[in-house]
Amino acid sequence: MSTLPTPAPTVTQANAAFWAATAEGRFQLQRCNECDTVLWFPRRHCPSCWTDNVSTFDASGKGVVYSFTVIRKGAMAYKESGPFVIAYVELAEGPRVMTNIVDCDVETVKVGMPVEVVWHDTGQGNALYRFRPVAN
Amino acid sequence: MSIRGAAYIAGIYEHPGRDLPDLTVWDIHIDVALGALADAGLGMEDVDALFCDGTAGFGVLTLADYFNISPSYVDSTETGGSSYLAHVGHAAAAIAAGKCNVALVTLAGKPKSGWQGPSFTPGPESAFEQVWGMMGAPHSYALAAQRHMYEFGTTSAQLAEIKVAASIHAQYNPNALLQKVVTVDEVLNSPMVADPLHRLDCCVVTDGGGALVIVSPEIAKKLGKTNAKILGHGEAVKHTNNGRIDLTHTGAVWSGPKAFAEAGVTVKDINYASIYDSFTITVLQTIEDLGFCEKGKGGAFVADGGLVAPFGKLPFNTDGGGLCNNHPSNRGGITKVIEAVRQLRGEAHPAVQVPNPQIALAHGTGGSLGSRHGSVTLILGQEDA
Repeated sequence: MSTLPTPAPTVTQANAAFWAATAEGRFQLQRCNECDTVLWFPRRHCPSCWTDNVSTFDASGKGVVYSFTVIRKGAMAYKESGPFVIAYVELAEGPRVMTNIVDCDVETVKVGMPVEVVWHDTGQGNALYRFRPVAN
Repeated sequence: MSIRGAAYIAGIYEHPGRDLPDLTVWDIHIDVALGALADAGLGMEDVDALFCDGTAGFGVLTLADYFNISPSYVDSTETGGSSYLAHVGHAAAAIAAGKCNVALVTLAGKPKSGWQGPSFTPGPESAFEQVWGMMGAPHSYALAAQRHMYEFGTTSAQLAEIKVAASIHAQYNPNALLQKVVTVDEVLNSPMVADPLHRLDCCVVTDGGGALVIVSPEIAKKLGKTNAKILGHGEAVKHTNNGRIDLTHTGAVWSGPKAFAEAGVTVKDINYASIYDSFTITVLQTIEDLGFCEKGKGGAFVADGGLVAPFGKLPFNTDGGGLCNNHPSNRGGITKVIEAVRQLRGEAHPAVQVPNPQIALAHGTGGSLGSRHGSVTLILGQEDA
């Protein structure tokens, strides 16, 4: 098991609220108040009905692996990481989000595996949402 | 309005170089432009429409300045490696509308000898995709391959068959970067880059470029040579769909039917296909999405030489494709069109020339299967097609 770097995301006007919530261990999602669609990634308008009447809520942090890859040799911040996993996790609330799967042998990751969020502090006022297998 | 028969590809040129440390990208742009115009029997002074991607400086402004021409119609549509197929469709529509008569499309880049390509302004998605160690196309395409395997049972050996077929073709191309025929085992034993994609599942990295000249029917007739008639064009953007990305298909599910409908043909009419091959999985998904086989059955389709020219079920990428021949500027779209035109002209290598092809397809996939990409399908044919 390798320890992954924690590069800070580029915080912008569009995503500042999301990343601020990560510092408190909250995975904030948005829901459209008109059509009930859960949004991903953060934005001002619902991408299903294009209203700007959307609200935020805290996600469960649970999901399953939709797809993944084992990167055998990383680059830049991940240059010394050894093999690591990039995945799409399908959140219980619907959205499929790109992330890393951590806290397990990379060879044991499977599509469909239940996972839960784990927060990795970037030291820059926010944290990365990564996922680990749910213990049986 | 349809573009069927409204324009012809009269000039093609692929830069023969694959490693060009002594040329600038601007040298390559002008070399390929002059090459394609000479192939058409035209000159720079005849060009009245200019097309290029978003990597060429300030796009058409930079190139019009450098070529010192005054086009009356310009287009810098940027859909990654499929841009040039979009340019062909747009040029045909512009010619059909009477906006121009001689359209020039150029591509140039030097990823092999040091030039690192363009840096795009980060989009609103960037902060959610750039912190996970995703460092290049193989990582993203691997996500698509893994999900395809999960849903349909596709195997690495089936993907490898695509590389094998490309390598069989590349042995006849003296300009191909990789000219050695490889086996399925050699692909499977090459180093794993991003599971399930091995190094030999990936395309080559090459310097170079290419150009196309698209002309009106009147000019095509005057040029008096075999030109490729543009029969149909379709394009689509496949994206993450508000966090509901489906990694098992490409935008070809939308661009393909548009192109087939405009051309008035079906998959059964296609004698040759240039299929964008940034990775083996790109080919597999595209073949399914264009309807050459049922969804999920691409693995069986490509097995046992299904893609090998001239007599496979679907002869593809007879220049060796991006997988073995050339992927200039990390973009394989223009070479897809060029080889399709060579096939229609009967100018492919005799060992891989399809006998008397009537209709050819070229398909581009630009961007990433693992996030968002532009799909463009072109259907080309003989004069009487």
